[in-house]
Amino acid sequence: MTVEVGTELPVARYELSRADLATYAEASGDRNPIHLDEATARAVGLPDVIAHGMLTMGLAGTVVADWAGDPSRVLSYGTKFTAPVVVSADEPAVVEVAGTVVAVDAEAGTAEVDLVVTSAGAKVLTRARAVVRLR
Amino acid sequence: MTTVSVDESFAGRVYPPNGTTTVTADAVRAFARAVRAAHPSHHDTAAANELGFADVVAPPTFAVTLAQAAEAQFISDPAAGIDFSRVVHGEEQFTHHRPIVAGDELAAEVHVDRVRVVRGNAMVTTRTELTLADGTPVTTVTSMLVVRAPEEP
Repeated sequence: MTVEVGTELPVARYELSRADLATYAEASGDRNPIHLDEATARAVGLPDVIAHGMLTMGLAGTVVADWAGDPSRVLSYGTKFTAPVVVSADEPAVVEVAGTVVAVDAEAGTAEVDLVVTSAGAKVLTRARAVVRLR
Repeated sequence: MTTVSVDESFAGRVYPPNGTTTVTADAVRAFARAVRAAHPSHHDTAAANELGFADVVAPPTFAVTLAQAAEAQFISDPAAGIDFSRVVHGEEQFTHHRPIVAGDELAAEVHVDRVRVVRGNAMVTTRTELTLADGTPVTTVTSMLVVRAPEEP
């Protein structure tokens, strides 16, 4: 695999239902009711139940790890959370993940990937960056 | 303007490790399923062995489960004044010093790096250092939470 600045990762598309949020809550131990209960979410001023930011970040992390070919090659990974992924009771939310290589360090054998993660037309992660070991 | 009543004096506090937590293969598999990580090294011990790991490997964001459990010492302390239902995630950063593998016994030390109130909202930055019991660095997890101010009545 030749990796250079501008190399694009395969675009991924995930559907998130309320059940998927419950699965993440159990797996992560983060049972904040704003991710599980509509009444609580609305009571604190949110439009509806929202996905855990860490679930969205986790999905994008999966895209990077799959591209790297070995999950342990993801050396660092960070993001800001700029908009919530709103998950209604009626239909799943859609999260799309795209990634582009923005830097390559040939000596260190690493590449830096910039991720663009959107849902319902909004950018939900900002400055989502991962450094990946290439070999 | 309403403002949150988070105690800014918590900045600088350090919560030393409260024992160790053993990472189980079941926890790694369940987390991997939740983030749709299908790579065999998360699920199949033999596949992980082939890549040189002693057991299944955690996905890149798995460390948050250990960090959040440790951060709770601070976040859930009534004296800190954080209303969890008003918390949203601002930023998260993982720096992996070595992979997390099932069977690892990890200790978590939580540093409250910053607490500040901006326009009524509190921004709380913690850094959790995950290490092996002998102190070998594993993952540094930096997390910024926003505690949103109550709506105007």
